[in-house]
Amino acid sequence: MSHADDSAGSRRDFLYYATAGAGVVATSAAVWPLVNQMNPSADVRALASIDVDISGIAEGSQLTVLWRGKPVFIRYRTADEIKAGQDVALSDLVDVNAENDNLPAGSQATDANRALDKDGKWLVMMGVCTHLGCVPLGDGAGDFGGWFCPCHGSQYDTAGRIRKGPAPRNLAVPVAAFTNETTIKLG
Amino acid sequence: MFRKIAISAVSALTLMSGSAWAEGAASTTDVDFSFEGPFGKFDEHQLQRGLQVYTEVCASCHGLKFLRIGALAEPGGPNLPEEQVKAYAKAFPIYDEASNQQYLDPATGTMRPLTPADHYPANASLQAPDLSVMAKARKGFSGPYGLGTNQLFKGMGGPEHIYSIINGFTGESKEIAGVTLYENHAFPGGWMAMPNTAVAADAVVYADGTEATLENEAKDVSAFLMWAAEPKMMTRKESGFKAVLLLGLLSVLLYLTNKRLWSKVKGKKLAH
Amino acid sequence: MAGIPHDHYEPKPGFQTWLHNRLPIVSLLYDTLMLPTPKNLNWMWIWGIVLTFCLALQIVTGIVLAMHYTPNVDLAFASVEHIMRDVNGGVMLRYLHANGASLFFFAVYCHIFRGLYYGSYKAPREVTWVIGMIIYFLMIATAFMGYVLPWGQMSFWGATVITGLFGAIPGVGTALQEWLLGGFAIGNATLNRFFSLHYLLPFVIAGLVGVHIWAFHTTGNNNPTGVEVRRTSKAEVEADTVPFWPYYVVKDLFALAVIMMIFFAIVGFMPNYLGDPDNYIQANPLATPAHIVPEWYLLPFYAILRTFDNTVWVVQLVQFLTFGIVDSKLFGVIAMAGAILAMALAPWLDTSSVRSGRYRPMFKAWFAVLVIDFVVLMWCGSQVPSAFTGWVGLIASTYWFAYFLVILPLLGVLEKPLLQPVSIEADFKSHYADPAE
Repeated sequence: MSHADDSAGSRRDFLYYATAGAGVVATSAAVWPLVNQMNPSADVRALASIDVDISGIAEGSQLTVLWRGKPVFIRYRTADEIKAGQDVALSDLVDVNAENDNLPAGSQATDANRALDKDGKWLVMMGVCTHLGCVPLGDGAGDFGGWFCPCHGSQYDTAGRIRKGPAPRNLAVPVAAFTNETTIKLG
Repeated sequence: MFRKIAISAVSALTLMSGSAWAEGAASTTDVDFSFEGPFGKFDEHQLQRGLQVYTEVCASCHGLKFLRIGALAEPGGPNLPEEQVKAYAKAFPIYDEASNQQYLDPATGTMRPLTPADHYPANASLQAPDLSVMAKARKGFSGPYGLGTNQLFKGMGGPEHIYSIINGFTGESKEIAGVTLYENHAFPGGWMAMPNTAVAADAVVYADGTEATLENEAKDVSAFLMWAAEPKMMTRKESGFKAVLLLGLLSVLLYLTNKRLWSKVKGKKLAH
Repeated sequence: MAGIPHDHYEPKPGFQTWLHNRLPIVSLLYDTLMLPTPKNLNWMWIWGIVLTFCLALQIVTGIVLAMHYTPNVDLAFASVEHIMRDVNGGVMLRYLHANGASLFFFAVYCHIFRGLYYGSYKAPREVTWVIGMIIYFLMIATAFMGYVLPWGQMSFWGATVITGLFGAIPGVGTALQEWLLGGFAIGNATLNRFFSLHYLLPFVIAGLVGVHIWAFHTTGNNNPTGVEVRRTSKAEVEADTVPFWPYYVVKDLFALAVIMMIFFAIVGFMPNYLGDPDNYIQANPLATPAHIVPEWYLLPFYAILRTFDNTVWVVQLVQFLTFGIVDSKLFGVIAMAGAILAMALAPWLDTSSVRSGRYRPMFKAWFAVLVIDFVVLMWCGSQVPSAFTGWVGLIASTYWFAYFLVILPLLGVLEKPLLQPVSIEADFKSHYADPAE
C-alpha cells in the first residue's frame, strides 16, 4: 500500500516539477532579452574600434580624435621630443607604470614603452587628465615640454608621463596598432 | 425605401470594385521570395546582387539613410566580409551633400569618406523617397473587400509591390504643369514621377554572372530592400520559432497538470 | 473581505505574526489567492489573467523601449528604426509592444462580451462593471497616444483627425484643442506630452485594476449560471466553490500559455499584419495619406463617428432643433462617446431578473446579433466611405444603441426565461460525474 502511494506520489510530483521547471525556463528566456537590451547597441559597438588616417599629421604636430566618447592624442614626435623622453630617469617619475594597454601590466614607463612604434615617433594617449578628467593642452605646454592641464595644473612630459601636479598617473595609452603605414586602429 | 437601398447596393458594389483597382493593389504580381513564410530565409547571393543594383542604379536618386553600412557584414544579410564593406563604404558617393551635413569634414569643407559605422547617405536631391523601409511602407495585397485574407496568405506584399513597379512601366509619359509623369501599372493613380528608363535590363553586370534581365534585377533589388527594411528578420523568425516551441511544451505540461488537479473535483463529463 | 465564508490566513507565531501586526500584506495576498471561486467557471473566464499579463507585458516592454526612444519630431522615427536595427533584441521588443496592444484589446473585447452575455454587470457587480469601463476608456486613450509616438504618417494624421474632434465642442472647442495639442496643429509639444501621458496612464490603469479586483472579490465572482454562491454555511460554500489557488491559477496559466503560443507565432512570423504600412512613412504635415485608418481595435468607434454625417436625417433634425449648435461633426463625437456610455449603463438598462444569458432564449439571439454587429462596425470603419458602407454603418450603429437603450430594457419585461439551476453545485453535478476516488 505504501509502495503504491509512493509511486503515485512521485508520479504526481514529477508532472508538477516538470511544469514548474518549464515555467522557470520560459520566464528566464523572457528575462534575458530585457536585461541584454541595456547592453551597448550595434551602432555603439560598431564604433568600439576606429581607424585613424595619420598620413596628414606633420612631424611635431598632434591629431586629436574622439574615440568611445573621449579624446585621443596622436602625436608625431620630433627627434628632440623623443630624446627628451628617453633622457628622463625612472626614479624621477611620479608614476613608473607604463600605463600602456598594449603591454603587460607592470611594464615600466620608459620612453620606448610609451610610444606605439619602435622608433618612438608615434605617441597615442587618452587626452584625459588622470586627476579629474579635463583635456590637457599640448604642443609643448608646461615645464616638461609635453602637456599642461589648465584645470589644476598637472604637467606631463614629452612621453605623456605625469611629472608635476595633482594627477596620480601617466596619460593612459589605449589599445592601438598600426594596420598599415598610414592607419592606426584604436580599440 | 427598398428601391433606394437596392440602388445604393448596386452602386456600392460597382464603387467597391472600382476602388480596388484605384488602390493599385490589383496590379501587384505575387513573387515567391525566399524569405517568405515562417521558415523563409534571405538568399545571401540574391541580397548581394540586389545591393549591386541599388548601388549602381538606385542610389543616385534614392537614399537609404536608416541603414548602417556595417550591417552589410552582419549575419542574416548579404554577409559580406568586413574588409570589403570598409572599402565599399569608403568608395560610396554622397550624391546629395546638402542632406548629409553630418558627414562634412570641417577641416576641408568637403564630404569625408564613409566608414561602416556610418549610415548610408540620405538623398533628397530629386525628392525621390528614401528606400530604408520602403518594403514595409507599401501594401501589395489587401482585401478582398476588407476581409484581410489576401495579406494573410500572400504576405503584406511590400517587396512584391516594388517588383511590380519596376516591371510595370508602359513607356508612356505625359506632362502636367511642367512635371513629366510616366505611366506605370502598379503605381496607384497610374502615373509616377520616376522615369521608366531609371531601371532597365542590363543596367548592371552581375558579379556572379546571373543574367541581368529586368525581372531578375527587380527581384534582387526588392529582396535587398526587404532586408534593408528589416535586417533582423531572420533573428525575429528564429525567436518566434523558439518561443512557440517552448510555449507549446509548457502548454502541454500545464494541460496535464490542470487535468490532474481538476480530477479531484470533477469526473467524466455527462451526456446532457 | 468577500461575503463568502472561508478560512482566513492564520499567521504563525514569530516573524509572520510580527509582520501581520504591522502590515497584513501576507493575509491580503493569501485571501486574494485562496478566494473561494465558483467551480463551474468556463473558458470565457480566463481573459482576466490574459489582461493582467498584457498590462504587465506592455509596461515592461514599454519601459525598455523608452530607454531607446526619443520623443522629438525630428528624431522619433529614426529612434524607432534604431531600436529595430541596433538595440539588442530591439526587433522583438518593438513588435511585442505593438502586437501586445492588439492582444490587450482582443482580450478586453472577449472579457467585456463575456460580461454582457453572463450578466456580470448586473447587481451587485455594477461598480466592478463601471470601473472596467473606465479602465477600457483609459486603454483607448493610452493606445491612441502610443500610436502617435513612432511619428509615421498614420501616427500624425490619425492624431490630427481625432484631436480635431475636440474642436467640435461648441464654445470651448478651439481653446480646448489648442490646450491639448500645445499648439495649432500636432507638433513637437503634442508628441512630448503624449509620451509623458502614455508612460503615466498604464500605472493609473494598474491601480484601477487593483480596485476592480477588490470590487469583484467583495461581491464574489459571477459564474455561467448567474446563480450566486450559497454563503449561509461553509459546507455550502465548499460545495459550490474551489479555492482560486491552485485550481484556477493553473487553468488560467494553461489558457495563457496557449494564447502566448499563438501570440508569439504572430509576432515572429507576421508582425505587421495588423498594422498599417503607411506608418512606415515618416510623418509629413504637407501630405495627407489616401486613407486614414486607426488600428483595428478602434475601428468600431471610428465607424460610429463617421456614420453620422449630414445626410442622416437624425443629424439634420438635431442640427435644426439646436439651431446649428450640434452639427454633424459634434453629433458623431457624441455618438462615439455615447456608444461606450450606453454600454457602461447596462446594469441599469437591463431589467431582467435573470442574470445569465444561458437561461434567456430571446436575449441570446439579440446578443448574437450584437456580436456580429460589433464585427460589422469594425469592417465598416476600415473601408473607404461609400454609399454602401454609409448604410451598413448607420444600421449597425443604430443596432448598437438600440440593443442597450431599447432591447435590454424591453427584454426583461417581454422575455420568458428558462428554469435556472437551484445552485452551482446542482448545475455542476448535472454536467460532471463525481470525481473518481
